[in-house]
Amino acid sequence: MKLTVWTYEGPPHVGAMRVATGMTDLHYVLHAPQGDTYADLLFTMIERRDHRPPVTFTTFQARDLGSDTSNLFKTACQEALDRFQPKAMIVGSSCTAELIQDDPGGLAENMGFDIPVIPLELPSYQRKENFGADETFFQIVRNIAKPCKKAKQISCNLIGPTALGFRHRDDIAEISGLLSDMGVSVNVVAPMGASPDDIAQLGAAHFNVLMYPETGESAARWMERELGLSYTKTVPIGVGATYDFLNEVSQITGLNPVVDAGRLRLPWYSASVDSTYLTGKRVFIFGDGTHAMAAARIARDEMGFAVVGLGCYNREMARPLRAFAKDFGLSALITDDYLEVEKHISEVAPEMILGTQMERHIGKRLGIPCAVISAPVHVQDFPARYSPQMGFEGANVIFDTWVHPLVMGLEEHLLHMFRDDFEFNDAAGPSHHGGHAPVSSQTEKTSQPESVSNESSDVIWLTDAEKELKKIPFFVRGKARRNTEIYATKVGISRISIETLYEAKAHYAQ
Amino acid sequence: MSDINVASCAQAPVLKERGQREVFCGLTSIIWLHRKMQDAFFLVVGSRTCAHLLQSAAGVMIFAEPRFGTAILEETDLAGLADAHQELDREVDRLLSRRPDIRQLFLVGSCPSEVIKLDLSTAAERLTKKYAPAVRVLNFTGSGIETTFTQGEDECLTAMVPTLNESPDRQLLVVGALPDVVEDQMRSLLDALGIGPVRVLPASGADQIVSVGPNTYFAMTQPFLGETHSALLRRGAEHIPAPFPFGAEGTTAWLKAIVDKFGVSADLFEQVVAAPRARAEKAIAQASETLCNKSVFFFPDSQLEIPLARFLTVECGMIALEVGTPFLHRPLVGPDLELMTEGPVISEGQDVDRQLDRALERRADLTVCGLGLANPLEAEGLTTKWAIELVFTPVHFYEQAGDLAGLFSRPLRRRAILRQEAAE
Repeated sequence: MKLTVWTYEGPPHVGAMRVATGMTDLHYVLHAPQGDTYADLLFTMIERRDHRPPVTFTTFQARDLGSDTSNLFKTACQEALDRFQPKAMIVGSSCTAELIQDDPGGLAENMGFDIPVIPLELPSYQRKENFGADETFFQIVRNIAKPCKKAKQISCNLIGPTALGFRHRDDIAEISGLLSDMGVSVNVVAPMGASPDDIAQLGAAHFNVLMYPETGESAARWMERELGLSYTKTVPIGVGATYDFLNEVSQITGLNPVVDAGRLRLPWYSASVDSTYLTGKRVFIFGDGTHAMAAARIARDEMGFAVVGLGCYNREMARPLRAFAKDFGLSALITDDYLEVEKHISEVAPEMILGTQMERHIGKRLGIPCAVISAPVHVQDFPARYSPQMGFEGANVIFDTWVHPLVMGLEEHLLHMFRDDFEFNDAAGPSHHGGHAPVSSQTEKTSQPESVSNESSDVIWLTDAEKELKKIPFFVRGKARRNTEIYATKVGISRISIETLYEAKAHYAQ
Repeated sequence: MSDINVASCAQAPVLKERGQREVFCGLTSIIWLHRKMQDAFFLVVGSRTCAHLLQSAAGVMIFAEPRFGTAILEETDLAGLADAHQELDREVDRLLSRRPDIRQLFLVGSCPSEVIKLDLSTAAERLTKKYAPAVRVLNFTGSGIETTFTQGEDECLTAMVPTLNESPDRQLLVVGALPDVVEDQMRSLLDALGIGPVRVLPASGADQIVSVGPNTYFAMTQPFLGETHSALLRRGAEHIPAPFPFGAEGTTAWLKAIVDKFGVSADLFEQVVAAPRARAEKAIAQASETLCNKSVFFFPDSQLEIPLARFLTVECGMIALEVGTPFLHRPLVGPDLELMTEGPVISEGQDVDRQLDRALERRADLTVCGLGLANPLEAEGLTTKWAIELVFTPVHFYEQAGDLAGLFSRPLRRRAILRQEAAE
């Protein structure tokens, strides 16, 4: 038993729902009590889908438990088949149905339907949403895909995008465009948008592009083994990764990796002088393994940030992420405990968080700006505009998204210049944020380090030093306070004067 | 109010459905209960699905560490029950040592904990002994195999009834969790009518004494509290049946039923309610311009459907086509049914696909439904109101009557003002 307040991932059957909802002509009959139908709203509200997910819940009740829940399940299968006429069906249990052991797979198989019926074994008490999506897609592919004749033109499948994925809709468009520039056509995108007939045609492609290892890796491995489709290992998020990806495609296909990078702006925006202020900004990165690793590379190599923390919530990615973090001189944080992530962030005290919607809330509480890089998703992660993460446009989007929460370069200097002006409001924050959000975070921001200093050390701030500290712009004040206290403790000073403050500043000067 | 010659919905046949449901489970009640009881923690003993439901239904994560959480059962807990109790004790211990501000702890049963028959009442007794008097530990079920959405609050309050102090006093007990602002309005109305003492269940803190006894009269502010109703009757209290206090007429009828029991003069009653009633009528009249003669179809959700259909038909001039409710509890909603003219289909339970067929065939001007159905129905050209807002928003009594009508008129006004096609 483990106490959880917020979760990064849902249960595995929600992963299966993401696959089913992304596909067409597929129906999922889920043995589950009525409460589990809440999952529909994830798709209809967060993703604003205009159709109900293709899922029939048996919604058994306590009174059914004594009698016949397996008949209830069979009736649900028959009614779903009659009403929705799918070309394939997946069947399985949610956490509660797993306990009553009705064996939905066996029951459905014996009903003699003339469409493929694919049983899912998703252990609800061990695994989570990403596993559920990966396993479900793997089972669908394993049951339906067959070796088939290759298409004439060099083509690939895009593997991994699902319903409720972080920017999957736009990543598909971006990657399809890049491949098309190289002369590679897309055979099937799956699970998103694929019907069981499309799944049967996966083998017609020459190779697979594994877009999201979290949800597509098992299927990609199986297709490599059984259909002879090699798959790309680089996830093209960021400029460097996109070029690496294109080279990888070139090696697989023998085609020239030259593509039109005319609309790629990140490298120049990052090189232009206004971006100087980004230099060495300390960022903490947390998300799913794939997005976290991609973000770390962009942060260090393409934005010039200093990565001070790196982690992921999906244990499946622990090994690659640990190895990757070592390269940054960091030890990776692998946890799905939100409170632990919060504790880490407040200890590291970064200047910016690149995280999920959960870290956005942590950032709000701690007064640290945050940009969202990964699922779990929120209605805000489905913008109306084209907004991919992958490819060249993805790199442009990422530059804008990451810079947005920060105070801009020139503005930083102006704030500094006017800090003594009687009309200047120290808590105003970045001018493009409308003033409301940073004000509330400001109070927490200043109170946070104080409580830390009270608890963790015995140093006292003399009035003059405290006053001097206030002259430092608010967005670096917390860091200045903390560094000064650490310095004072280190050198054995218990009363911080103006002198100590500036000695500390010199000590930490970069 | 209603013409004596017209048959009411109270005699109408009920369409009983037992198919697939599209509703929340009782755990969802925790979202408003934990806001109401600020010194309480709700510990769900369940699965990752339970935790995910709470977080998804809450919509936003406002609190870094909320006063609810899920003790997620793992493979090892399912192997042997003795283990699960030890594990639970350990998690509770950890929780209470980190949160010394907690005075009431609710162990909340879920589908998995019910199926493996994890006995939370024994656990609650054991933990109460351990942590008394600082913390009181109670248990109730929010499981989806036994409860639907708002029934979670019913189970919670039912669990609290045996712990209420015994009192011989003649008093009024008002039952149902209301937002503080609404509760204050209600108290000042009752105060002005000279009715007291007034107790409210649930109280906002464990230190507030709520009592019950043979001279206690109780009035309900929520229609989904059927079990609580029975539990209070068992404690000897007397129920004051009344329409629910929605809108001007509903509030007036609710107060009138109470003043009749407490012997308040008609003059005083008129004097107290005249001004707020007039304000409410005026506010409703404004929204009614949009609502009058429009049709409405209710999917089952919170059990608020019948009182709300009464409000919309009787006070706002709407025409109800179907009023679905997960559970029809006549001792509570009977007075509202009596005020509604016969006509709409009254349905209990659900078979969601068949009900969707009916909704798409009837094409009401406004369809009230859950979040899972709203956008798909909008895409079919229907105008919808998500039902969950009705339990999260202050909607009771005179001063909220206009807001309540506004919740239903806004989707219609919105559809009317959008001009998204070319101007030609």
